[in-house]
Amino acid sequence: MEPGEIHALLGENGAGKSTLMNVLYGLYQPDEGEILVDGKPLKLKGPSDAIGAGIGMVHQHFMLVPVFTVAENIMLGAEQVRGGIAGFLDRRRARREVTEVSERYNLRVDPDAVIEDLPVGIQQRVEIVKALTRDVDLLILDEPTAVLTPQETEELLTVMRSLKAAGKSIVFITHKLGEVKAIADRITVIRRGKTVGTASPEASRDELAALMVGRNVRLTVDKTPATPGEPVLEVAGLVVDDDRQIRAVDGVDLTVRAGEVLGVAGVQGNGQTELIEAVMGLRPVLAGTISLAGDRIDGWKPKKVLRAGVGYVPEDRSVDGLVKEFSVAENLVLDIYDRPPFGAGLALKPDAIAASAKERIEQFDVRTSSADAAVGTLSGGNQQKVIVARELSRPLKLLIAAQPTRGVDVGSIEFIHSQIIHERDIGTAVMVVSSELDEVIGLADRIAVMYRGRIIGIVGPDTPREEIGLLMAGISPDAAQERNTDAVPGDGPATDGGPASDPGSASEDEA
Amino acid sequence: MTNPPTPQSGSPDKEPASEAQAAQNALGNTERAEVATEPDRSVAKPGPEPEPKPSLGRLFLDNLWAANTFTVTLLSLVLAIVVGAVLMIISDPEVLSTYSYITSRPSDAINSSWTLVSEAYANLFKGSVFDPEAFSGWLDGANGWQAVLAPISETLTYAAPLVFTGLSVALAFRGGLFNIGAQGQATIGVIMAALAGFLLPLPPGLHLLVAVLAGALGGAIWGFIPGILKARAGAHEVINTIMLNYVATYFLTWLIVQNGVQDPNRTDAISKAVDTSAQLPRLLGDNLRVHAGILLAVLATWAVAWLLNRSTLGFELRAVGANPDAARTAGISVTRTYILIMVFAGILAGLGGSNMVLGSTASALTPLVVAQIGFDGILVALLGRVKPWGVLLAALLFGALQAGGNRMQSYSGISLELVTVLQALIVIFIAAPALVKAIFQLRAARAARLQTSLAKGW
Repeated sequence: MEPGEIHALLGENGAGKSTLMNVLYGLYQPDEGEILVDGKPLKLKGPSDAIGAGIGMVHQHFMLVPVFTVAENIMLGAEQVRGGIAGFLDRRRARREVTEVSERYNLRVDPDAVIEDLPVGIQQRVEIVKALTRDVDLLILDEPTAVLTPQETEELLTVMRSLKAAGKSIVFITHKLGEVKAIADRITVIRRGKTVGTASPEASRDELAALMVGRNVRLTVDKTPATPGEPVLEVAGLVVDDDRQIRAVDGVDLTVRAGEVLGVAGVQGNGQTELIEAVMGLRPVLAGTISLAGDRIDGWKPKKVLRAGVGYVPEDRSVDGLVKEFSVAENLVLDIYDRPPFGAGLALKPDAIAASAKERIEQFDVRTSSADAAVGTLSGGNQQKVIVARELSRPLKLLIAAQPTRGVDVGSIEFIHSQIIHERDIGTAVMVVSSELDEVIGLADRIAVMYRGRIIGIVGPDTPREEIGLLMAGISPDAAQERNTDAVPGDGPATDGGPASDPGSASEDEA
Repeated sequence: MTNPPTPQSGSPDKEPASEAQAAQNALGNTERAEVATEPDRSVAKPGPEPEPKPSLGRLFLDNLWAANTFTVTLLSLVLAIVVGAVLMIISDPEVLSTYSYITSRPSDAINSSWTLVSEAYANLFKGSVFDPEAFSGWLDGANGWQAVLAPISETLTYAAPLVFTGLSVALAFRGGLFNIGAQGQATIGVIMAALAGFLLPLPPGLHLLVAVLAGALGGAIWGFIPGILKARAGAHEVINTIMLNYVATYFLTWLIVQNGVQDPNRTDAISKAVDTSAQLPRLLGDNLRVHAGILLAVLATWAVAWLLNRSTLGFELRAVGANPDAARTAGISVTRTYILIMVFAGILAGLGGSNMVLGSTASALTPLVVAQIGFDGILVALLGRVKPWGVLLAALLFGALQAGGNRMQSYSGISLELVTVLQALIVIFIAAPALVKAIFQLRAARAARLQTSLAKGW
């Protein structure tokens, strides 16, 4: 690393990027090898040593206390006290530091704002300011753009550039080739814990992807035009609250027809999760109706919805999709364990479960040491394949796939996409929810964009991605003008509340 | 102790192959790198994959299984015995006095310590497993064969109720619930069994069956209450089961002195005796205390193992215990499962309670008739690593300690409380595998520590 350099660390799922950086930040101890800072070997016993050596890290999940103010969060861990033994916290000084740093690097944050009121992009900025107040020379950003809107990402890139201009070095961990090309001075690609190459940002996207995965990958989805049939899922006027009793879905109307893929795009936290959970019977419906092939299914229990021919690939496989301690075979029957041939009365039929598992593992190309291996030992892609295999192994009317390829390696993405399209082609209605716009565009025959609990537009897959991007930020092209005049303070989902009007107006200029 | 011969494979019973692997799994969780798709203009980013927040119980279970190999269990025993020996020495004034002149005559201190400790542990063994003197006495015709089997008989008698309560705690634990209420469930079980035993005039055989079932029913009721409170109101089962323990204990104390329950010929707190027709038959004649309860215990162990690993209900139970979110998403009713778990746990604990009054330990209700079997059940479950056959073995060990402790007290003058201390020490060492490994310099100690620190989440 050179001073004033932005170094991108690029790598596939589980390639060891995060581990490497955690070693650098002193969270893990290296088994072998050493770290050199200014030519001197460095022995890190913990994060405090790393901070002492001028290394700061912004984690993928922010390490902020939601109910504290920005200033309080920033002094956390390095509390300055005054008044001797009485030990009053020196809030004023913390506030001054925040203001100082944010002015010096042009990172606007209000030191008295409470973290939980801030949008994600600003929270991240607080993390960066926090690192900077510790006088770091090297800043590690672990997948910083994963939770940001396109506009927020742009702002982050601007911040990174100004930090670079101030002589700070930045390690930028990501898997987003576009960002890497936009900002990095040097790119190191890691695969299976080894550096496989260093590239310059001029390298083409395909080259970088190939370097990461180790083979040439196809990044588009092959499919024929859809032949939509009867409506299968009909949602009308749906209202659903999230776990905090805050309105998450606010009057959604949707129709998914047999033989088509409806893509639901949107920045995370705009009600997509609650929408599908309501359809699955996992979340109470407060108003509106949901029908499946003519039957009202709102108020049904999840088991009944599943039995009615709905396949569900949950958004978060490790929380909702799989029981990690269970074997692959057991996970493959997680929602049909009590149906013949797998269960008869009170007894399970281990032989039938094993036989079916063997078949599915082969059919869906699940790479596992055995059907008895705990599913938690599989890679993310193979775990996802287990879920997909489970859901597609029974006749379906409707398939709901949420983030079907999140954290999945490229090979598995291709496979899962082709399975989804295959399911569409045999006449199943498919609803794909993804915050990955490319995935939605690639799979969907129609795209519904969700923003603050509403569908703010349904567009075709040929719509320019800029337009969809703006919709995702809550700006429909014609509504942009009026939105500018009444800048409503956000009462919607926390990820996109309040001062988010900043990116809004910024993007409006582009429009 | 050997690894319990669990009859299933491919179940989550499997522990990670090695400590290293366990640590690696933990490390793997922290990696959430993702792969490149085509991020053309990088419009929308996939959110990070949030760490599943495992429940406290799950973490504890993971650590228990991942870090606890057979070696650790064995070494924990050894450590507890060593610490026990030290306690014996310092609690015996005579032996301790030899240490005041240890520099001039070390042999005194060493010899007297050795004599004390070795005799105490020898008596522990003779009282619980096998007494060579009784054996030679039998060969010489000085005593009958019963004397040879007496230690085993005692061990099995003490072990039987612990198997039930241990299974109760273990079963709930597998379903993600801490059943601290085995004591209360056993107490209600003992009350119901005793009432059925001396109030109902039934023919032999049927009477016993009814009494045993009454005990199970009592436990089931006492398990159902925290179960439904948890499922419907979200009330934490730990608090509720602890509170219900008090309710049960004081209910028993009150009940014993009521008319129709108290023994009319006695003024102290003791109930009428259970009819002989409702007592569990003794297996080896009237001179040996071992009764059919131990057979029921083995049967229950088998039943719980089957339930957990081979039944749809067990599948639900394990899924809910391991990941309630995924279970719910897959259509399993988590609330129903919680209630069922507590009812089953209650049944088992209630059966353990029945053992205390229908077996040979006691035949009438007294305030202390249940002893500590509910709380010991927690220890047994942990020692048995919450697996059915492991629980059976752990209960046998605890039973042996109890039985041997009696002899140790009468022959060596070591107080019975030392046995309790030994039991507690064993479990502490088991629950703190990192400590045992550090003491014995086992290589994987660091991995276990890493895991606990990761468990807290940084």
